[in-house]
Amino acid sequence: MLKIMRFLRPHWKAVLLAPLLMIAEVIADLYQPTLLASIVDVGVAAEDIPYILRTGAVMIGVALLGMAGGVGCTVAASMASQHFGADLRAALFEKVQSFSFANLDQYKTSSLITRVTNDVTQVQNLVLMGLRMMVRAPLLSLGGIVMAIRINPQLSMIFLVSIPVLAVIMALLVKRGFRLFTLVQEKLDRVNNVMRENLSGIRLIKAFVRSDHERKRFSVSNDDLMDMSVQAGRLMALAMPLIMLIMNLSIVGILYFGGVQVDRGTMMVGEIMAFVNYMIHILGSLMMVAFMFIMISRAQASGERIQEVLATEVDLHDEPEAEDIPVEEGRVEFENVHFSYPQASGEPVLQDISFTAEPGEMVGILGGTGSGKSTLVSLMLRLYDPDSGRILMDGRDIRHITLDALRRSVSIVLQDAVLFSGTIDENIRWGRPDAGTEQVVEAADHAQADHFIQSFPHGYDSVLGQRAVNLSGGQKQRVSIARGLIKDAPVLILDDSTSAVDLGTESRIQEALRRREPQATTFVIAQRITSVMDADTILVLDEGRIAASGTHDRLLAESSIYQDIYRSQMGEEAV
Amino acid sequence: MSAQNRSDTERRRRRPGGGPHGGLMMPIEKPKRGRQTVGRLWGYLRREKWLMAVVFMLVLVSAGAMLSGPYLIGVGIDRFIIPGDMPGLLMLAMAMIGLYLLGAGGMWLQNHIMVGMAQRTVRDIRKDLFDTIQDLPVRFFDTHTHGDTMSRLSNDVEHVANVLNNSVTQAFNSFITIFGTITMMLILSPVLTVMTLVTVPIMAVITKLVAVRTRHYFGEQQKHLGELNGLVEETISGQRVVKVFQQEDAMIEKFSEHNDDLRDSGVKAQIFAGVVGPTMNVINNLNFAIVAAAGGYLAIQDLITVGIIASFITYSRQLARPLNQLASQFNMVQSAVAGAERCFELMDEEKEPKDDDQAVELDDVQGEVRLVNVDFAYEPDVPVLKNVSLDVEPGETIALVGPTGAGKTTIINLLTRFYDIQSGSITIDGWDIRSIRRHSLRHALGIVLQDTYLFSDSVRENIRYGRLDASDEEVERAAEMAFADTFIRRLPHGYDTVLADDAGDLSQGQRQLLSIARAILADPAILILDEATSSVDTRTEVHIQRAMVELMKGRTCFVIAHRLSTIRDADRIVVINHGEIVEEGSHRELLEAGGFYSELYQSQFERAAS
Repeated sequence: MLKIMRFLRPHWKAVLLAPLLMIAEVIADLYQPTLLASIVDVGVAAEDIPYILRTGAVMIGVALLGMAGGVGCTVAASMASQHFGADLRAALFEKVQSFSFANLDQYKTSSLITRVTNDVTQVQNLVLMGLRMMVRAPLLSLGGIVMAIRINPQLSMIFLVSIPVLAVIMALLVKRGFRLFTLVQEKLDRVNNVMRENLSGIRLIKAFVRSDHERKRFSVSNDDLMDMSVQAGRLMALAMPLIMLIMNLSIVGILYFGGVQVDRGTMMVGEIMAFVNYMIHILGSLMMVAFMFIMISRAQASGERIQEVLATEVDLHDEPEAEDIPVEEGRVEFENVHFSYPQASGEPVLQDISFTAEPGEMVGILGGTGSGKSTLVSLMLRLYDPDSGRILMDGRDIRHITLDALRRSVSIVLQDAVLFSGTIDENIRWGRPDAGTEQVVEAADHAQADHFIQSFPHGYDSVLGQRAVNLSGGQKQRVSIARGLIKDAPVLILDDSTSAVDLGTESRIQEALRRREPQATTFVIAQRITSVMDADTILVLDEGRIAASGTHDRLLAESSIYQDIYRSQMGEEAV
Repeated sequence: MSAQNRSDTERRRRRPGGGPHGGLMMPIEKPKRGRQTVGRLWGYLRREKWLMAVVFMLVLVSAGAMLSGPYLIGVGIDRFIIPGDMPGLLMLAMAMIGLYLLGAGGMWLQNHIMVGMAQRTVRDIRKDLFDTIQDLPVRFFDTHTHGDTMSRLSNDVEHVANVLNNSVTQAFNSFITIFGTITMMLILSPVLTVMTLVTVPIMAVITKLVAVRTRHYFGEQQKHLGELNGLVEETISGQRVVKVFQQEDAMIEKFSEHNDDLRDSGVKAQIFAGVVGPTMNVINNLNFAIVAAAGGYLAIQDLITVGIIASFITYSRQLARPLNQLASQFNMVQSAVAGAERCFELMDEEKEPKDDDQAVELDDVQGEVRLVNVDFAYEPDVPVLKNVSLDVEPGETIALVGPTGAGKTTIINLLTRFYDIQSGSITIDGWDIRSIRRHSLRHALGIVLQDTYLFSDSVRENIRYGRLDASDEEVERAAEMAFADTFIRRLPHGYDTVLADDAGDLSQGQRQLLSIARAILADPAILILDEATSSVDTRTEVHIQRAMVELMKGRTCFVIAHRLSTIRDADRIVVINHGEIVEEGSHRELLEAGGFYSELYQSQFERAAS
């Protein structure tokens, strides 16, 4: 948490100014009751009207000065907190941009998003409140106590009772309340979860006629939530009356003991009034302090989550000897590559992978779910580094090429066709920002996307919503293929990127790929044997190893595992 | 419809109270049909009207007790302290303690009762919402985003809960306090009251001026925050693509633009919102000064006593708090009413029509299914099925084949009555499905859906969902039949492994196996498999298929699949294109016919087989 506060350093002027100005406001607040006391005890007692009016004018002046301080503090605190928040958010976002895939795997996407958005807002609010309230409340209560003691040390003894009592009650309430509200939150999550499940699984629930079952399940968690909320609410229902009671009893105490002192002549009536006002100030600020504790503990959790991201070490860097020279021909070699995911336990994902792909060749990769196909291609872009072994491009170890140059040289179309909001044209141009319109259309045409794009009223300028909700799965895949093609990189990877495209379209895409000049070294991951049977080489992966490789004909003749897959797709009689 | 939906979600995204800090000083959202909605809310609260009456009595008691405090302070000063009547002062102090205890007790009791009442009401609203979801037709879920519905079920209800919890009694309390305070002040000294109230219009004007600006800048801030959050969400969700295409710098640049906008509007919004505090404070202090000076002057003229000044000062301090509270409660109540309105909107959606009184229960289903001249369109003028007729004998396996969007899944939607046909008829064992009780119809059908849904519960319970009274052995047998047993046993806790939200820890293929096991356990008369094995790798699929053959024996079965290997063994293949049945027959017959099917077949097979 404290580490995050370093982002306040550039705004130190505002950070310093805010509390200083707040002091002005607090002094103004504290001075008022004393002035009041002197009006009553000096002015009224001596029937000195000019004195009363003069003091009244001073009070107004003090009030205005206090306001100037308060407003100034607000301005400074707002500036500091918003700039702080913006800087922090930017730092987080840039950090995430620099993450490697392995770093990204460490966090859930939703959690990362929350950290950049909600968590920053939490901390930012804390700073804003902190620069105002965290100065004001302690100052006001301390100042109040000092002023009260100055008026009458004996009567101040009442504080010795009421402040600790209040503090203990608040501490108990906050502590117990915090626990109860955490529980309420858990129950609430549970209720929301059942709701969400019922929304997403509604077909299933209807199909299996489970409405009554679900109603029962919901009613249990709904009642749980109610019970817990009532418990928490009732605890908090105690807070206000108790605080008011303590405050009021203290006032009664001041009135009585003050009255006794007035009777003895050791105190004046006006001072009693001032005393009562200080009392209200002090107890009010103490409540604020309690509230701040709640805020701090909430922001603390956010702060830690933010710090965790900022402190994450990016584990993929350019090697010192790396050259910023892109790959030209596109020869790809794997030499005894082993790989396992950093977090995953035991079992390596890839074992002893070796093969060579010549420039312009097409390599098909087949294998069951979890056999390591996607992992294999991701190594080519250095999304991860292998545990041992080497990957060479044009004979150069890819660790000796800068990440930038390497990724310019390899184009990949991922399994998940993620598009971004913006126009279709902008999305395709991601592959090459300086591409001309013709190139965009050509890439789309080869990806078999031109036809449906042209059919939209705005063609290439059609705006996609967030996550491209207005395109079907197959259309998204084709746009994302176009985005990969326009890059014109010497190495092209299609990671199961035609799964939602029908067979005819798929073969037209492959046809177009073969015609594209210059011919890229192409890797095609697929489920269907038909998608890769024309490849120059087919690698069959099984549990992280290359179980067989060769052309379709050779594999069909020699590899039992390939025959197995083939049979499962084509039926018994096909072999 | 969809356009309206979109603007709806957009509005909601900017709505106050989305985050934990909502409601602080957000732009206020006004309900559209305030009175009606409040009336309906009252319908819920009315169940507790007697308690409500008790609460209001208690509010009167506690507010009265709290109000008399400052007056008694003045009395104490004038009658006892200044004359030096110590025994009298002690009596008064005792009386005040009693009064304050009464006030605090009343306040506690009213809060205590109100909390229970509010939570019961909210539970009832939640329950009604949930019941609504169970009764809504599938069409509703297909045409509304889950996010939007979910936000009604959670955020909006929360809003209502908060307001019921706090604002109702507080607002009443504030009213009484304001009214009582002004009355007391008038009784004490009309002149001083007038002088004090001079600041009220000033306060009102300043608040109004500030509030307008604040709302404007908060609106701006919310807008920029929404944009920024949208960008962050999109970028981080697609972070892998961003990296692969090296768009990091472009994204950072885009981000900074939005970030700067947010910062600048944030500074303005916070300044305006933050100015309210000091302004209120200064007005308070001005009041203090006016009462002190004017009171002192009046005291010298012997028009009032010192005790009255003391009482007055406390009253005028008290006045600001309920006024502020009322203002902020007004905003909260408004946004809660808007939230309640959205909840009621959902409750008012058209439900699935109730079963006909004469509707029959099916028992001992044979499995004869007949579609006669069925027409169907999801949206008027866009027919999806055109004049489809199909006779299926009991025990027959029918494969539905055709390109995406041809209408295969629609047939399933109609069979299960997720949607109702617009013309023609569908019968099961001779009964029109509209004359069969819905639960009875769906009991007869076992469906494995295209997108498998699993609950975040144990694997065992997920399978048991197919038949709630199944024993553990039966669950495991079903899993074995679906070839799920092996992988389940390899999970950390076997059958008792609890699946994470959205079962992200299982592969798509594994999830499909579980949902097949679930259907096997349900043991339906008619089995429907909608792309049930599309993500299972082909070698596993062969195994499942063997299990399926066993399962399908003697049952009527509908199979939808893209992989031709999955459907070749069907008794009859029905080829659908553009909402019409274009071909029908066995695999061999259709190949020989050389039509649409054989073309499909060739694109997948012939190339490989040649």
